[in-house]
Amino acid sequence: MFSYCADPDTLGTFRWFSCYLTNGVHWSFYLSFIKVLALLAVTAPVALSFGFAGAMAARSHFPPLSWLGKAYIAIVRGVPDIAFFLFFVIALDQGFEWIRHKVLCRDWTDPIRQGNDFLVCQAAKLPLGTAPEWVHETYGFFLAVITFSIVFGAFAANVLFGGMRAVPHAQLETAEAYGMNRRQTFWKILVPQMWVYALPGLSNLWMVLIKATPLLFLLGVEDIVYWARELGGTKTSKFTQYPHGDWRMWYFLFLLIFYLGMTRISELGLERLMRRLSHGQATSGGELLRKETTA
Amino acid sequence: MSCIQTIQDYGLRSVGIGERLLPKNDFTLCEQFTLIGSGMIWNIYFGIMALATGFLLATALAVGKASSNKWFRKPSEWFIFLFRGSPLFIQFFFAYFFFLSLKKSYPMFDAFTSAWLGALIVLFLNTAAYSGEIFYGALRSIPKGDIEAADAYGMSGWARFRRIVWPTMLRLAWPAYTNEAIFLFHATTLVFFSAFPAWQQRGDALYYASYFADKTFNPFVPYPILAFYFILLTLAIVSGFGLINKRLNRHLPVARQTKMRFRLNLAR
Repeated sequence: MFSYCADPDTLGTFRWFSCYLTNGVHWSFYLSFIKVLALLAVTAPVALSFGFAGAMAARSHFPPLSWLGKAYIAIVRGVPDIAFFLFFVIALDQGFEWIRHKVLCRDWTDPIRQGNDFLVCQAAKLPLGTAPEWVHETYGFFLAVITFSIVFGAFAANVLFGGMRAVPHAQLETAEAYGMNRRQTFWKILVPQMWVYALPGLSNLWMVLIKATPLLFLLGVEDIVYWARELGGTKTSKFTQYPHGDWRMWYFLFLLIFYLGMTRISELGLERLMRRLSHGQATSGGELLRKETTA
Repeated sequence: MSCIQTIQDYGLRSVGIGERLLPKNDFTLCEQFTLIGSGMIWNIYFGIMALATGFLLATALAVGKASSNKWFRKPSEWFIFLFRGSPLFIQFFFAYFFFLSLKKSYPMFDAFTSAWLGALIVLFLNTAAYSGEIFYGALRSIPKGDIEAADAYGMSGWARFRRIVWPTMLRLAWPAYTNEAIFLFHATTLVFFSAFPAWQQRGDALYYASYFADKTFNPFVPYPILAFYFILLTLAIVSGFGLINKRLNRHLPVARQTKMRFRLNLAR
């Protein structure tokens, strides 16, 4: 990176660190932080819309739809979320390939599951074997985003469902008395008011989402955990690609501090958002007071 | 091979008793049920041990955080922030590599790099921080009248804490603490997916579930089995904690007893 890095004398001086921390692999490490932030930025709105759909389904008056919504909400509670992550990444991949296989290769006669193998025709492979490297990586990231959204959508559905129920019933009855139909009541009365009730739960969810991002590692994305393990470790006990011993502890200490910083920033930001949202609301004036006395 | 035989061979595989080699191919449903169930031993071990030890530290942390003395309050606040503000996954990694480098200079730390002790310590500290925050919240919402009544009876210090403050704190915190317990058991599945090695393939339920999923390339069998076990475990926790909740509330008229309500969103 710097010109003095080419000089062997820098080895052993403090300046060596500035060379070490700016070498090529470290840029991949820093890039993976952007991956994590991108995951957060994409997943949060998608999960929120999944959650909204789930909550709407759970409120539906059509029983099968309402069962579906309630089952979606309930199932994540009893089962560890990491099991869902591991499950969905394979299941989604196989699901996509299966659909493509059915569409693209109609004259294929062999069964898809043969013993321990999952075989689809070449044209149905996702991504195609001939695709460049970045397509593979993007596809992996895309699967991760969907997986995160499904799991966190269920969490969000639970929060939003609670928020919808917390809106005073008199409000809905008044809307009905004014002659609004169910759709109008829902969109014009219920939805604008529920956010204040849902916000504490949603901000908690955001914190949980931040803390779930290292699980990207388990989904096969080269994220910060992957690079911290790679860069900190020694390749073998004798020879090492990097001129240092086992530094993984320090790399993970850095990640720990990174996450603590993220949490702190979010805490402050969400506090301000809550203050702003509850400012003009007649319902939450007391809420704000209560928060100030208990916080 | 009959299913009874499989259970004899693999029922205690996760603690190293029984058949040494895991099944390699032609997995039967019975094998999957047995091995994943056998892995649950680890989840239950981690969960119960961490809860039991974490409970005491959590009480101390809550009292510390509510203390007016800065020297007690600040460390408790920092401890709680440190463990609640960072992902458990990263904590596992950091702790493992930390113990690993300690082991290099002091061989007596050997045991700490294996999951049964090292991961347990992380889970203990983590659950202590989460429950400490719950207990702190409960401590803050103890009705003022209760404390004043205790004062009026001439109780103070330890007696007041032991007979008034602590039981009321537990009673108020119990529904939230039940959630914490459920999520602690869920969090135990992370142990063998962070750095801690599953020595001789003695892993927890998720370890075996993903073993089967990797070998058969079919996630639709092992993960639902795992889900089945965890739903059973969750129901057991809910009913066990429900009994304690009943005992904590037994002096109250029925209508005022705090209902056990379960909310999620406490995952780490």
